[in-house]
Amino acid sequence: MTRRTVTLATTPEDHRIAQLAAAAVGLSLIDAAIPLPLPGIKPGLANIVTMIVLARYGWRTAVWVSGLRVIAGGLLLGQFLSPGFFLSLSGAVGSLLVLAFACRLPQRWFGPVSWSIIAAFAHIGSQLLLARLWLIPHNGLFYMAPFFFVAALGFGIINGLIAARLIAESPSGDSPPPAADPLPADSGAANV
Amino acid sequence: MRWSAFVRPGDWAVVAAGAALVGISFPLAWQAGVAEKAIVRAGGAVFAELDLGREQRIEVPGPLGTTTIAVERHRVRVVSDPGPRQYCVRQGWLERPGEIAICAPNQVSVQVKGSREAYDSLSY
Repeated sequence: MTRRTVTLATTPEDHRIAQLAAAAVGLSLIDAAIPLPLPGIKPGLANIVTMIVLARYGWRTAVWVSGLRVIAGGLLLGQFLSPGFFLSLSGAVGSLLVLAFACRLPQRWFGPVSWSIIAAFAHIGSQLLLARLWLIPHNGLFYMAPFFFVAALGFGIINGLIAARLIAESPSGDSPPPAADPLPADSGAANV
Repeated sequence: MRWSAFVRPGDWAVVAAGAALVGISFPLAWQAGVAEKAIVRAGGAVFAELDLGREQRIEVPGPLGTTTIAVERHRVRVVSDPGPRQYCVRQGWLERPGEIAICAPNQVSVQVKGSREAYDSLSY
């Protein structure tokens, strides 16, 4: 019996994407744990990571991080391939598509706060669309839409402000993800 | 650092646009009002006004026979009708203001009325 070791060649970018996706997955778990009055409304904390990735590394990296976050988050929450997973996926796809345009807006005028709000509306918009087409094929669904839009605006602003602050506080291009301040070299502790 | 330092000029415009979208979404989503009662007509005249909050079943006489209409869980439907094609029966439950089922052969109709009228009638 031969034993073979398969070694995957990973680039520094792969490592960066993995770290950022891990941060995003962590935030989406926190998201799921926060109780909120209306089903379907979530703060979307993981989108803070998406904004930061978008600002620092560009749209393609943001797509990777979001995609990994949706899949890994779905696996961890036990909703992989369930309706909740597809809603989350459609929200991510919708907001990434819109962000591809939003991040080209002149930076002097539009920052992470704009991106976050636009992405939040695109997120809930594509989720409502999928829900209407597939899960609840009835217009009664749209009775809830105003509440979802209020939440999108509110959480969009809050997440955008947090993202803008984190981007401003560590502006260097190649630093590790947010909240992961570099540990002292001798600490050796695992950084969560 | 103050939080407002992170908001760029265009961001205010996006916030305003978002607020406007929220503002118009309320009347758009709720324009039809809430279904309150069902108007039953026989031969063109109002035969009964049914409160949708109360489960009930009424029988409406017409030229062909009796049409039965039932209210259940804030919805109304035609249970049975002597008409040949049964269109009004097959329409099923009506729950949104403006929705109507017409049993033309027996000259009976039932329509949901809301607090505010967005449409004169809705049928599919």
